[in-house]
Amino acid sequence: MTGRLRLEGVEIALQGRVLIPALDLTVAAGQAVTLMGPSGSGKSTLLAFLCGTMDPAFVARGRVHVNGLEVTALPPEQRKLGILYQDDLLFPHLSVGGNLAFGLTAAIRGRAARRERIEAALVEAGLAGFAERDPATLSGGQRARVALLRVLLSEPRALLLDEPFGRLDAALRQDFRRFVFDHAASRGLPVLLVTHDEADANAAGGPVIRL
Amino acid sequence: MLRIAPVVTLLLLILPIAAGLAGTVLPSFGYLPALGGTEFSLGPWRDLLAYPGFGSALRLSIVTGVAATMLSFAIAVLTCATFHGAPGFRRLQAAIAPILAMPHSALAIGFAFLIAPSGWLARLAASVTGADRPGDIVTVQDEGGLALIAGLLLKEVPYLLLMIFAALNQMPARQAMAIARSLGYGAALAWIKVVLPRIYPQIRLPIYAVLAFSLSVVDVALILGPGNPPPLGPLALRWFSDPLLLLYFPAAAAACLQLALLVAAIALWRTGEVVVARAGRWWIARGGRGLAVQPFLNAAGRIAWLLLALSALSLLAMGLWSVAESWRFPDLLPTGWTLATWTRQAAGLWWPVQTTMALALVSTLIAMVLALACLENEQRRGLHPGIGALWLLYTPLLVPQIAFLFGAQIVLIRLDLDGTWTALVWSHLLFVLPYVFLSLADPWRNIDPRLIRTAACLGASPLRILFAVKLPMMLRPLLAAAAVGFAVSVGLYLPTLFAGNGRFATLTTEAVTLAGGADRRIIGIHALLQALLPLLIYAIALAAPSIAFRHRRLLAVAS
Repeated sequence: MTGRLRLEGVEIALQGRVLIPALDLTVAAGQAVTLMGPSGSGKSTLLAFLCGTMDPAFVARGRVHVNGLEVTALPPEQRKLGILYQDDLLFPHLSVGGNLAFGLTAAIRGRAARRERIEAALVEAGLAGFAERDPATLSGGQRARVALLRVLLSEPRALLLDEPFGRLDAALRQDFRRFVFDHAASRGLPVLLVTHDEADANAAGGPVIRL
Repeated sequence: MLRIAPVVTLLLLILPIAAGLAGTVLPSFGYLPALGGTEFSLGPWRDLLAYPGFGSALRLSIVTGVAATMLSFAIAVLTCATFHGAPGFRRLQAAIAPILAMPHSALAIGFAFLIAPSGWLARLAASVTGADRPGDIVTVQDEGGLALIAGLLLKEVPYLLLMIFAALNQMPARQAMAIARSLGYGAALAWIKVVLPRIYPQIRLPIYAVLAFSLSVVDVALILGPGNPPPLGPLALRWFSDPLLLLYFPAAAAACLQLALLVAAIALWRTGEVVVARAGRWWIARGGRGLAVQPFLNAAGRIAWLLLALSALSLLAMGLWSVAESWRFPDLLPTGWTLATWTRQAAGLWWPVQTTMALALVSTLIAMVLALACLENEQRRGLHPGIGALWLLYTPLLVPQIAFLFGAQIVLIRLDLDGTWTALVWSHLLFVLPYVFLSLADPWRNIDPRLIRTAACLGASPLRILFAVKLPMMLRPLLAAAAVGFAVSVGLYLPTLFAGNGRFATLTTEAVTLAGGADRRIIGIHALLQALLPLLIYAIALAAPSIAFRHRRLLAVAS
């Protein structure tokens, strides 16, 4: 399932102004690479380009490979790149379990099997019995964890992190960082993190690229 | 499929209107081979001008149309200016919804029950003065058209209020007000000086729609307007319905004149906007704080509440008449109560109720599918439709109905579609679609794009995102849009009459016909049902999401 994430000459420009100059980058399985840059430097746009959700106002060039397979021309839903944003973006009309079921790969079939898989993920995250809860009733830290579980259950081939720790307060931030990087490492996922917080980069533990 | 949705939708709106207009303009110049008009001439226009009542019909149309629009605009603006930020503002927002759901003609009928010489208000006056017979003054269908203007205000003020509320959500009005007031401006003047100029561009088209409706209204004019001579709209309708078809040509001319009238009125209004904007800049620059006029403005801002109260009383009056056994002047309440009128009418009501429901449901459903397809296409392709698309969407609401319905009927006859369900549903769709689209567009365009992206990155296809994320999240706006579409369809009079070729009776066509002179108890039943049906749908649309989302805090209450 896991493998490498490779960027080949990825360049992003807005109205003729180059934000990200030709970038070559390989993230190995289980490795976490950090891209650091001030706001407006185009680092979030880069992640959007990788996912295939970039605003058409930007112009991008270059190629993206996941597991040796080029995904640059694929629609977002076929890229298998999981992404976490600063906000948890849980679907407000679904329960916690409903959100996880939305993410859970369709390869797992049967109501019972799917429910079991979701409950196991919740238990592992210290959220046992939360399946029926309304996401709006959870604390910020709990929602962040559900958001990560939702991504992981979709069995991505790489994990993209768009400043997902920024909204949490200091104590929670530590815990959630650990939680994210441990889960990614245990699955051998290549992780690409963008942030402007040095502490995030330290926690990621991998190479740091400054824009 | 999705890509052609906007094209199909616009063709569905614009083609028939264009064909209909051509079908009206040609006969107005004498060309209609089916009736022997094979040569172009100015005869129809000469006949129209030679009609003895032409001058007063024209004057009546202009005066009532322009006065109703200017007054509705002034009242709506003053109401918002004096209530913005006050506790009454939220209540006002809640109070206008039921009025918006009620058809024009139902409100007009109820209003006639109120203001007639033997109506409720006269009875109230009589209980003070001790009069025992109705007064001699003409209060309904007066020659000056005052009753007609007032009847139009009942619906148009809430409509403009709704449009202003929607525009207010698009700007930081509260902040602007806070700044202006901290600079020493009275609340009402602060609103007029800093908020109104910024929202006006967004309520311009709704105002033009009000202007178009008031200038060419037929159903309300039949109920509240003078009969001899009537305004242009009812006059054209009367001539179109002439059994000998001799008046077809001048009728077409009268219908075309309405279109010309509207174009001139909009051009004038637009010129007025420029002049007022220039004068307004000078006025704002003078820096008057308006503290002295504040009390007057506050008083004027109460007129909207008075109109809402009149609407509520109108509804009540219909209800009372429908269960009254005997209700003689000057009794304030019926002296005998009975359900006999209802049971006697029940059998005859069943057919119009069925037709009304079926027509409203089918046209709303089609409109919802088309509107959703357009919005989804726009969202997926990242399009941002401009002002031109908005004007096209407003076309059916701007062009006087009678000016294209008459021609459209001729086209329908040629296609052998007149008086069919297809024609009827299409004619309703013309008016239902713009309203459904407009009420759905803002919420749909405001869906958090990050939620859509998240869903896509989790591996959901666009179709799955639509059905599993967008549609359920949009349940409240979807139902609200459906309720609006339903209410619009229920209230349509002329389209039902023309496209149905008189073969289909809905509650509205029945009520308008009966209003001409039937027993008040029977009119009351029809008008009440006509008003209650859309109200019921509104209530369901409001309650259902709260029940469905009772365990979802973020979606359980209307935002």
